[in-house]
Order: sequence, then C-alpha cells, then structure tokens
Amino acid sequence: MATRELVPAPAPVAVPPSRRPRRGRRDGHPAALYLAPAAVLLLGVLAYPIYQLVVISLYDYGQAEAAGNAPLVFLGLDNYAELLARTQFWVVLAKTIGFAAVCVVGSLFLGTALAVLASRVRAVPRMLLFLAALGAWATPAVAGSYVWLFLFDADFGLVNEVLAGIGFEAMAGHSWTFGTYSAFGLVALEVIWCSFPFVLVTMYAGIKGIPDEVIEAASLDGGSWPRIATSVILPMLRPLLLIATIQSIIWDFKVFTQIYVMTNGGGVAGRNLVLNVYAYQQAFAGQEYGRGAAIGVVMTLILLSVTALYVRSQRRSVEPT
Amino acid sequence: MRLRMIAAGLALAMAAGCAPAQSGSTGEGGDERTGTLRVWLFDEANRNPKENVVNEAIAEFEAAHGGVTVDVQWVPVESRADKFAGAFNDPSNAPDVAEFGNTDLPGYVEAGAFADLTTEVEGWKSGADLLPDVLDTATVDGKVYGIPWFTGIRALYYRTDVFAELGLEPPATLAELTGTARAVRQARPDMYGISVGGQYVYAMLPFLWASGGELARQEGDGWTSALNSPEARQGVAAFAELIAADICPPEQCANLTGTQSVQAFTGGKAAMTIGGDFNRKAVEEAGLDGKYAVVPLPGTEPGSIAPAFAGGNLLGVFGASERRGLAVEFAQLLASPGYQAKMYAAMGNLPTLASVQRELAGSDPFLTPFVETMSAGTRFVPATPAWSKIDAQGVLPTAVQRIATGEQPVAEALENAAQQMNDAFAG
Repeated sequence: MATRELVPAPAPVAVPPSRRPRRGRRDGHPAALYLAPAAVLLLGVLAYPIYQLVVISLYDYGQAEAAGNAPLVFLGLDNYAELLARTQFWVVLAKTIGFAAVCVVGSLFLGTALAVLASRVRAVPRMLLFLAALGAWATPAVAGSYVWLFLFDADFGLVNEVLAGIGFEAMAGHSWTFGTYSAFGLVALEVIWCSFPFVLVTMYAGIKGIPDEVIEAASLDGGSWPRIATSVILPMLRPLLLIATIQSIIWDFKVFTQIYVMTNGGGVAGRNLVLNVYAYQQAFAGQEYGRGAAIGVVMTLILLSVTALYVRSQRRSVEPT
Repeated sequence: MRLRMIAAGLALAMAAGCAPAQSGSTGEGGDERTGTLRVWLFDEANRNPKENVVNEAIAEFEAAHGGVTVDVQWVPVESRADKFAGAFNDPSNAPDVAEFGNTDLPGYVEAGAFADLTTEVEGWKSGADLLPDVLDTATVDGKVYGIPWFTGIRALYYRTDVFAELGLEPPATLAELTGTARAVRQARPDMYGISVGGQYVYAMLPFLWASGGELARQEGDGWTSALNSPEARQGVAAFAELIAADICPPEQCANLTGTQSVQAFTGGKAAMTIGGDFNRKAVEEAGLDGKYAVVPLPGTEPGSIAPAFAGGNLLGVFGASERRGLAVEFAQLLASPGYQAKMYAAMGNLPTLASVQRELAGSDPFLTPFVETMSAGTRFVPATPAWSKIDAQGVLPTAVQRIATGEQPVAEALENAAQQMNDAFAG
C-alpha cells in the first residue's frame, strides 16, 4: 500500500488529463469480469440481507407473524417514525457516538504509538509486545469482558486491592460499573484493549513498508525527527490509517458484547445503553423484529454516511500533495 | 454504492409489495403410535441428576410402548428464545414435547405452536391434584397449554449465626425486614443487611403484591398497567428502600440480578436474601450449611405472608407433533407423582402436585417455608405476550433503579414504567 502511494506522486504533472477515461474504456470489460465473483458474493451476503432488513422494517413483524400465525400488517415508515420520536433513542445515539469516538481515538492512538515503539526496539521485546497484543486480540469478547470485570470487581478485584494497598483507602469496595462515565470508561478501556492490536499490526506493517532510503533522504535534507514523522512517515501511512480508522469506527459503533456483559445489559436504569444493545433489548429480545430491523437500517445508514464522509475528506486531503 | 442498493431495494419492495417471509401455519399433526418421540428439556448447570431421572422415565416409557424411542435434546436456557423461534418457524424441525418457563407461555401461545391440552389435563389422573395457582400459570384465555412440571418459589433466607450474634429475630413484617436489615449493616458494615438488586424483579413483586398493588389489570381484551396506583407506589418504594447505603448500597446493588443477589449471600456478603427452593444447593455448597434458615417472606401484617411469584416450568406438546398421544403420555409420565418426587430428590425442584408437596414437606423441613408460601397464595405476571416484551425491555428494573439511585421520584418513575407497559400491551 505504502509503496503504491509512492508511484503516482509525480502523476499530476506528467499525465495528460484525458488518460483516465481512456483507460476506463479499455479495461472496462475485463474489470467487470474480474469483479463479477465478488459482486455475486456481495449480492448474496450483503445486498439480500439488507434488502430483507429494509422489507421487515416496513412491517409489524413479530414472532406470531414470522410463524405464520398472524396476518402481516404493512406499516410503511411507522416503525421509523415511532423510533425517531423517542427521546431515549436520541440519548442512546448520542452516547453511542461519544463512546465509539473515545474507543476509536483510543485504539488508534495506542495502536500507532505501540507500532512506532515496535519498529524501534530489538527483536525480543518486540516479540513480547506482539505476543501480548495478539493475546488480547485473540481473547473472545465475552471472556475478555469477564476478565476485566473480575479485575475491577468492587469487592474482590485486583485493581481495588492494589489501589487500597498503596494508600488509596477510599478505593476499597469502589464500584467501577455504577457511575455512567465510570462504566463507559471501563468498557471503553476493554474495547480499546481488544481492538488496538489490529491497529498495531496494520501500522507496524505500514512503517516497515516505508523504504529506509526515503527517511534517509529526508534526514540528509536536514529534517528533524518530528518533522520527518509528520511530513514523511504520516502521509505515507495515511491509506493504512484510513483503513484502520474506518474499521475502528464500524467496530466500535457496533459494540455489543462488552456493554452487555460488563454493565449487566445496559447499566443501572439503562444509562450505559449503546445502539446495538438498545436494539436487542427493545426489539429482538421482545421479538419485535420489525422495530429492530428499523434500528438496524438506521445504524447502517449512519455508518455508511460516516464512512463515506471520512473517506471523502481523506481523499481530498491526499490528492493535492 | 451500497446506499444505492438500499434505495433500489426499498423501491423494489414498495413496487412489488414484497412481504417478509412467513412460514406456513402449523400443520394438523397426527397420532402415530410408533417411531421417535423428540423431546426438548432445559440444560442445567449440573445436568447429571436430572438426566438420570429422565433416562429412568424414558426406559419405563419405551418398555411400555413397543417401537417407540425417545430422543432428548438439552436446550441451554439462555439460547432458548432462538431455539424455540426456530421450531415455531419450521414445524418440521420442532420437537413433540418441550419443557419451557411459564413466563414464556403467552408468547409461545401467540405464535400458535403449542397444542391445547385442557381435556388431556382434566382427564389425567393427577390432574385434580395440580395446585390451582400453578395450573393458572399454564393457562391462557381459559385453555391449558402445558402440564406444570415443577415450580420455583422464593422465600427469605437469613444467616442464623449473624442473627444470633446480633440478637435479632427473623422479621415478622416487611417494615420490620427493613429495620432488621438496617440493624445488621450498622453492626456489621462489611455486610449487606439484605442482598437484593435492581434487576431482581421476582424479589420486588412480593413487595408490590403485599401492599395491595398489581402489575396490570385485564379489562376486556386488553391490559392496563396498574403500576401507577398508590398501592403499587408504596410497595415498589418499600423495595427500593432496601437498595440504600445503610442496607445494600446502590453502587453495589442497583444492578444486581437475582442470581447475583443470591451469590452475594452465598459469598458471605449478606445477612439475608430472597432466594428460591432451587438455591438450596448453592447455599449449602458455599459452606453455609447449619448457618442459615429460611422463613416465608412476611407480608405487611404480622403473621401474613407476602404473595410470591409462581415461577416454574411446564411440559408442552407441539401442535405439529405427529405423535400427539405419545407426547401427552410422556409429558404426563414425567409430571407423575413418582417422577416429581424423584426430580425433587435430584434437583430440589418443588413439585406441582399438592399430594407430593405435602408428603415431601413432612419428611424435609427445608421445604416447609416454601410450601407455606405456596399455600398462602401465589401470584403471576400478566398472561399476555406483551409481558415478555416488558421483561426484555427491563421496564421494572429501570423504574426500581431510578428510584433507588434518586434519579426520579417514585411516582414519576412508575408513571413512566406504566406508560411503557401500556405501549407494550397496545402492541
């Protein structure tokens, strides 16, 4: 990825503007053929389910309707209207966005920082770092959530014991999952812990892919390290960073397990609900599939638009260079 | 790209008037007398004793019916919703007999999956022996859809050693319970006076019912929430009062479920808890044997007992079953006096037959408070499919938690909850 970015750099000067459409026409048919298998696959596993989701969201579709024991009632957009009229939906949506933002920024920052660290240490510490990161990555979400809960348990948790032991007496018996922010913070830590390894691995590969010559040339030109990092390395890593960010946004926006397990299904009085848990609680557990599908469609639209906006802004900031 | 696909899909759906998939309504079933009888039973944390009793019943059944084999599948309780939904949507993969929780019944009946067993239960020789309150939990709109297999009743567990040390007596009224719990925590700040939690609905309901409140009232075809009545307010407030710094601090207790509340008791963190007959093993395995006793949860007046929630499991027969007669006979065998007694010995499940209960209570004093609670009269959640929705949406826990954390006053929290319940009743 990073090396490909190097090649077209002189392109804006050398290439006449008419080249693009010509290439498109020449490559059109083979390109379509090459893409066909992927398109068929996408139609099957993506378009059809989304289509079903949209259709279901237009009906009053519960267990009785699914089992064919009650007639289907077409509601049009009623499921959506009802959802958008609920204050709780907007509160949950705002909390979800805030929570996801913290998780995305946290895992990107931690992953990138550790990738830089990994690229600058010797083989053995690097291997240890990667083993630790891969361990976190490989831990199933439910198991990871419980481990974190045990660590932060009010009565028997290691964290409270250590804090009390080193002089913070007030922390003995402190409940980390009670306060709204405290509970969100704890879950965010767990989410960051299990999602930073992806960023670490991606960014490490990116850093390793930058040829030494480029950095050597930059330092010969008298660039300081911060300058090289921000003006040479970071721009070359941008495509990877873009992918890692989009992935993180999508993952962290859809967090379910961690919230469900660590806050006992949405926290005290539902104040730690995120959109996915809310959809499950409101719709699927109560077998209101129509309403749940409406939440699903809204989530898909939000994610698509966030991703589209982000990709577009990134493309714009890359192109002028 | 995907956006355009969605738009296209939407347009397509609108244009063609496509509808989501519906499986055909359940078949008529049949009454074959041979072949494989498929049975779904709930898996348990320790299944072996249950499996042994069931295997014994199967051996007896297969010996009595030539050419019949019984195939048991163990369904995990947590994933039952998916499993049953799958069986409802695809009757050809459904079992003949299934065990299920009585609170799930109205939803299952709405899906039209279970056979009406009213005449079979009336004609059964143990039918008249079934406790009426328990049979009510198997009844929707006057029709019986399952044979009650066992029931779960909750009562008040307390630590005899702690009570003796502090010179306390088991409380005689709910008001006294609050005072006793406070006294314990004052003398033993490391303990909860009573461990109950905001998510422990079945511990809250007796408080609601004891003070004369109700969850909902049936009016004609529909239901209306009664949570906003003064009696309900009083009952819920009395329960929420237990989740306070001087009894069971909200930081620790506001989000406890029933299981977690009992775990706090078995872990030695609490002087009292509300637990079921089915929690006995966990309490004794935790080393509390000889250090605890159980009394019925008191009501508002001395000598009265707070109405308990009549939880329990039923054995139902799928309407699409090809072996309806065999299925009913097998369910009746599992629920017969002999096997109910065996299930009690194996799992501690409280029987649903009055005669078996009396017999067991006579020989095992542990059962006395639970049997007393049952004979004082038990109550049940509204028998409507909306209940599983209300339950899944956490309407009652949210209300209790809002009161306990001071987020909302009692009246407001319950008004909101009543509103949500009415939304669910309205479908």
